[in-house]
Amino acid sequence: MSPLSRREFVAAGVAAGAGLVIGFYLPHGNSSGKETFSPNAYLRITPDNKVTIVVARSEMGQGVRTALPMILAEELEADWKLIEIEQAGASTLFGDQTTGGSASIRTTWDPMRKAGASAREMLISAAALTWNVPRSSCTAENSHIKHAASGRSLSYGELASKAATLPIPTDLPFKQSKDYKIVGQRLARLDSPAKVKGEAIFGIDFRIRGMKFALLSRCPTIGGKVSGFDDKESKKISGVSYVGKIGDSAVAVVADSVWSAMEGRRVLNVTWDEGPNKDLNTAAVVVSLKQAASKKGASLYSAGDAAKASGKKISAEYALPFMAHAPMEPGNCTAFYQGTKCELWAPTQVPQDCRDSVATAVGLDPDQVKVNVTLMGGGFGRRLEHDYAVEAALVSKAINAPVKVIWTREDDMRFSTYRPASLHQLSASVDGSGFPVALTHRIIAPSISGQKGQPTPGGVDPDLPDEAGPVYGLPNYSIEYVLAETPVPLGWMRSVYALQAGFALESFIDELAVAAGKDPLQYRLKLLAKDQDLQYFTTTWHTARMRGVLQLAGEKAGWDKPLPAGRFRGVACFGCFASYMAEVVEISTENDTPRVRRVVAVVDCGQVINPSILEQQIQGGIVYGLGNALRAKITIEKGRVVQGNFDDYAPLRMDETPTVEVYAVPSSEVPTGIGEPSVPPIAPALCNAIYAATKKRIRALPILNS
Amino acid sequence: MADITLRVNGSEKKVSVSPETPLLWVLRDTLELTGTKFGCGAGLCGACTVHIDGNPIRSCSTPVSQVAGKSVTTIEGLGANGLSVLGQALQQAWIAEEVPQCGYCQTGQIMSAAALLAKTPQPTDEQITQAMNGNLCRCGTYERIRKAVHRAAGNVSGNGGAR
Repeated sequence: MSPLSRREFVAAGVAAGAGLVIGFYLPHGNSSGKETFSPNAYLRITPDNKVTIVVARSEMGQGVRTALPMILAEELEADWKLIEIEQAGASTLFGDQTTGGSASIRTTWDPMRKAGASAREMLISAAALTWNVPRSSCTAENSHIKHAASGRSLSYGELASKAATLPIPTDLPFKQSKDYKIVGQRLARLDSPAKVKGEAIFGIDFRIRGMKFALLSRCPTIGGKVSGFDDKESKKISGVSYVGKIGDSAVAVVADSVWSAMEGRRVLNVTWDEGPNKDLNTAAVVVSLKQAASKKGASLYSAGDAAKASGKKISAEYALPFMAHAPMEPGNCTAFYQGTKCELWAPTQVPQDCRDSVATAVGLDPDQVKVNVTLMGGGFGRRLEHDYAVEAALVSKAINAPVKVIWTREDDMRFSTYRPASLHQLSASVDGSGFPVALTHRIIAPSISGQKGQPTPGGVDPDLPDEAGPVYGLPNYSIEYVLAETPVPLGWMRSVYALQAGFALESFIDELAVAAGKDPLQYRLKLLAKDQDLQYFTTTWHTARMRGVLQLAGEKAGWDKPLPAGRFRGVACFGCFASYMAEVVEISTENDTPRVRRVVAVVDCGQVINPSILEQQIQGGIVYGLGNALRAKITIEKGRVVQGNFDDYAPLRMDETPTVEVYAVPSSEVPTGIGEPSVPPIAPALCNAIYAATKKRIRALPILNS
Repeated sequence: MADITLRVNGSEKKVSVSPETPLLWVLRDTLELTGTKFGCGAGLCGACTVHIDGNPIRSCSTPVSQVAGKSVTTIEGLGANGLSVLGQALQQAWIAEEVPQCGYCQTGQIMSAAALLAKTPQPTDEQITQAMNGNLCRCGTYERIRKAVHRAAGNVSGNGGAR
């Protein structure tokens, strides 16, 4: 399956509430060994009473190695202390394993519950048969089945071999959220101890005997190629063992150590065919977006007839730049090609794509490629690509030895896939009180999936249905998408198009509130006052839930109370990945530079699995989003990415980080996304606060470059 | 190539590498101490922070020849040698405050925090910011890092941490 169809598949599955169809296979029936009880691919119970839970999503910091097992352990009535985790590699057992789209919890909620509940029911049956008592007299608790009437108890381990002989039940009772003992608790992350001791093995840390290290010299201009290379100087570097072309646009330098490979690459002399984009620069990209804006767009959402509405017209245009993910761990992958098989150790969000693209690249069948998933030092979407895996496999094939390809920070910055630059045209017709009777949002942006050669049905990028929905139930409301083109490589970056769409919409709503002379929070609440269900593709957005997060954010921020002198506030709300988010930002200004002091963030993401991990995700998303808002900007000169390291692409540091207060609306609804929804509201909330402070409206990001 | 002797986490290590090799790669590739991370290669992110004779340095931009004969402490040695009380207090505080997300930068963060607390046992918020500002975290864990430093300071001194 292509990455695109995977994402669509995930989106469709989520929308249909059909976690049930994704990732729940019973591949080996119930006969995986005499002593081990393994009723499905997610779970093994051994006679020593250990419960091993398989995590089929990738851990990049978002806590899946703890949160997903919690869901299964809850239904299993397992003793959390006896849980062990196993990371799945690329597999055919779990459906789509892509880790992205804030989808890990929402797509595995049902499969994990089913996996736990079916095992629990079978263990109860095993105990009932053992004791010759009715099932209904047995209860599951803390990895034991108990028979209260006789005071008997058997551990899951003791029951494992018997349970393994029983049929797998189909009609499963699930626990009620009020009875949860694990889900909803602040359980400690299972991966923390190894991470603070330096024992956690990230992709870059993985070692295999006889392994070489490789760096690649890639064509600095977008779309350029290698025309020739001279490796004389490289081969003089001690430890360099091989220099050779990899694909059309790179030359690999292989050595005994990373440093020797770096030195070998430094002195390598490559001549480049700079290709068709050697004169491309950022200004030309902006022009091309403006030109595309004159095209008719595809309708993403339409209510009433926004074009025909009467009233005073207000319009504004917003622009966003390319951005880079810049995870802390630079790209890398270890590969060992051995003629009829190839094994990878990949820090990847897409193990199955790595398997499939490596198979094609080295001429093997996908089932001859084994992909092990390592820990990732951040992902943020960069590792939804599989370029690093293909490179490693090709180099391993070329040298006939195991090799680790490592990217430097500059490689990561300059050969990334970038958040698309975009342009947004908003216009509204307002009534006598200044409230919109009609609103149009035109999103002009290149398509990430389209650029990768994947379908864009009806001219719509397939990500937009999860990321650019309506917030307000206006009578006349149109959201359009104009698919623009760019040669700049594009990728999915944390919150994807929701960042652009949310920034434009929530800045514009603030402009309307200001024009109406109304308080921006009360203005939004008024727009959300009526309970409405807004159908956007396959998702239904409820204005009541958006109003709920906005109201709570206002309360927690003390919106009604005056601020100390020199402090200013802004607010924004947005929904994406099926979750609702509102944020209030409090700033002061120093020498015309905004300083973010405090953020109040409120989410409605249905049932919370682990409140501590939820807070991590929201705090982290806000820090990430503030970095995007303040400084993140990738520019192109002469076909090359200008920025190279953390000096000219500078993320937030501790001194700029505000206090972030996180609140979740109590809910037992099906859980929805949490990795990304906190990102989009932060930029508009900050810009709205800056307006409150300075009366200057920021319509282009980043703030500090405008 | 040169033979260089350094003391790493309390033991003497002889390595044979070119003298300009950054300490980071000697630690990671030669000595297989992979807890020290590569983030930027330019001293901008702090993921590679180790201690030389007790002072925090960026091992990615420190040639190994400069540390010949000196004492290097990495995250692997932090909980085990002369700084063991402090190192363990920090590691426990990091777990208690649930700091790590991806965790990649955290070993460098903890090394910077250890150097801070060794000199300033009860740091103020401002001192923490100053000491930790060179360490980037893309997961945005700074707020919890600050809490963990306070917690570790409190646990070492037994007074619950200065605020």
